[in-house]
Amino acid sequence: MSKELIRLANCTMAFDDEVVLDNINLYINDKEFLTLLGPSGCGKTTTLRIIGGFQTPTSGDVYFDGVRINAVPPYKRAINTVFQKYALFPHLNIFENIAFGLRIPKTDPLGRKVKLSEEEIHQRVMEMLEVVNLRGFERRRITQLSGGQQQRVAIARALVNRPKVLLLDEPLGALDLKLRKDMQNELKRIQKAMEITFVYVTHDQEEALAMSDTVVVMDGGKIQQIGTPEDIYNEPKNAFVADFIGESNIIDGIMRADGVVEIFNRRFVCLDGGFDKDEAVDVVIRPEDVDIVPEDQGQLKGTVTSVTFKGMQYDIIVDFYGFKWLIQTTDLSPVGSRIGIKIDPDGIHVMKKSRYSGMFGDYSSYSEEYEEISGAGYEEDSGNAE
Amino acid sequence: MRNKLSWFAVPYVVWMALFVVIPILIMVVYAFTTQAFEGTLDNFAQMGLYTTVFVRSFRLAFLATLICLLIGYPVSYWMANEGPAFQRVAMALIMLPMWMNFLLRTYSWMSILENNGLLNQLFRAIGLLDLLGVDHIQMIRTSGAVVLGMVYNYLPFMILPIYSVIVKLDHSLLEAARDLGADSAGVFRKVILPLSLPGVLSGVTMVFVPSVSTFAISRLLGGGAQLMLGDLVEQQFLGGAYNPHLGAAVSLVMMVVVVVCMVIMNRFGEGEEQAVML
Ligand SMILES: Nc1ncnc2c1ncn2[C@@H]1O[C@H](COP(=O)(O)OP(=O)(O)O)[C@@H](O)[C@H]1O
Ligand SMILES: [Mg+2]
Repeated sequence: MSKELIRLANCTMAFDDEVVLDNINLYINDKEFLTLLGPSGCGKTTTLRIIGGFQTPTSGDVYFDGVRINAVPPYKRAINTVFQKYALFPHLNIFENIAFGLRIPKTDPLGRKVKLSEEEIHQRVMEMLEVVNLRGFERRRITQLSGGQQQRVAIARALVNRPKVLLLDEPLGALDLKLRKDMQNELKRIQKAMEITFVYVTHDQEEALAMSDTVVVMDGGKIQQIGTPEDIYNEPKNAFVADFIGESNIIDGIMRADGVVEIFNRRFVCLDGGFDKDEAVDVVIRPEDVDIVPEDQGQLKGTVTSVTFKGMQYDIIVDFYGFKWLIQTTDLSPVGSRIGIKIDPDGIHVMKKSRYSGMFGDYSSYSEEYEEISGAGYEEDSGNAE
Repeated sequence: MRNKLSWFAVPYVVWMALFVVIPILIMVVYAFTTQAFEGTLDNFAQMGLYTTVFVRSFRLAFLATLICLLIGYPVSYWMANEGPAFQRVAMALIMLPMWMNFLLRTYSWMSILENNGLLNQLFRAIGLLDLLGVDHIQMIRTSGAVVLGMVYNYLPFMILPIYSVIVKLDHSLLEAARDLGADSAGVFRKVILPLSLPGVLSGVTMVFVPSVSTFAISRLLGGGAQLMLGDLVEQQFLGGAYNPHLGAAVSLVMMVVVVVCMVIMNRFGEGEEQAVML
């Protein structure tokens, strides 16, 4: 699990003068499920294309199993790709699409061309059809398949070559929600069963958290944070990560001492340390980490300005001294009521100031933001240049 | 619903009837009648005399089509892979001669290929003719000149459909093929070629059909020595051998042969696709 398989070292990619990837450093372990997560245009596809060999970084090195592979063309890499729009061959049926890679003679260590026998090809394709649940479809044309089925053909076509690494570029983007959830489980199962390294691209944070061993959060061509899903969620490195992953209230604070942070002129006990005395910081408080108490017992006091019933809980917006927080609670506090809140030390997370400070975290425009979140379809990403 | 013609289709149907169906019917009637419009098969029987013309027409048209394909495909492929600015210029250069009058273009070739034409003068000037010990190299009035004329005139019709298919090829398919282990030759053979086949088929059709029925090219560059079907038909309608009924019969046979060729070719095209599939 821990053997390093791929490394990007100081990779920078520029198109003309536009820097698209800025000094990316990343290693990927064998048999790991690693996700590149970030908003549209942040450079995820470009990173994937560098690993696949479709693009050579302007500067920096790519290593595979310790060997520098900057100049190795895609067809010589033990890496296969599931493309963003599947890229299935329209002139071939399902069977031949999957068999495409198997029919290409490989060079053995002695330099001889080796061709698979027709029987072996047939057997391996059938095996793959089984894995992706498409048995019986082998003679169909591509156009006769639904989006989800095409997706599975694309996965089978890549996996049948038994690559060391599978690259997946927003593979579930075109599927509806229900199918997407099923396919997430399916992909995870396949990855475990076949013991292949997956490098997965998505801009859906939920998907990333649910599937990955490691999440790489990117923005503006830079890596913002690398970590396990838990790390990324619980210990976001900066305001961007905190905002992009899940819901968060991001408040200006001042670090008064190790374990003491001041927000709204009140001191809170927290678990963070290592900051300068009186250093300005960003403080993240997740909506579910806030306890509602009667007003007179609260560390902070505010007015409820909006309530949304979400099934499992209420999302309420509370105005504290002009700054609006999102709080998730199972108890109804009607609009206009005064409440107090309490936050446990482990519910407070302190981050260094970054260029993202002050850009997120206030829920004044909650309803708009909410639309954006729930409507975060994949469409927005489909128009971007590949 | 499906079988009902929309009213919008009426002008189209009338047009088709007036200018396509009725003329073909008239041609069929002429082909099967004598000058006095009595039913006969004589017109077809007479055609035996012109077997060589038939064979020559199809042979030269086939040759011209093949050469157009051999030139046109690489040119289209190369063009499609260049930048958009280059593509626009190349396209303009290919279209430009087509905007010039057809006869003018062919006359120009005459003056280039003549026994005392530009090429022979050039050969004389550089001493090539003396070296060979001849007065001139015979170029005009050969089947080669006719094929050259066809290729020159019809090459754009080969390039355009192939180019437009290749330029529209989904780039991610080529990347997918490379990703799956195909080198450049493999990508071409297994993806680009089969996917550009429809362009090739329509290019071949668009070159072969006018080539097989041309008359101006063969008369001007073949100089009467290379009589083709088009010339034969023309003679029956305008020339001394006036006999529209025979002309109609020749046209009809030519049409049938062309249609049969096209059908076979399209079958072959589909077969190719299937063969790749199996
Ligand atoms: N071939 C290219 N030429 C110029 N710009 C490109 C090219 N490919 C990608 N870009 C630009 O690089 C940026 C990152 O693109 P991409 O890696 O596709 O982002 P993502 O996959 O995260 O949405 C975008 O601004 C995009 O316009
Ligand atoms: Mg992308």
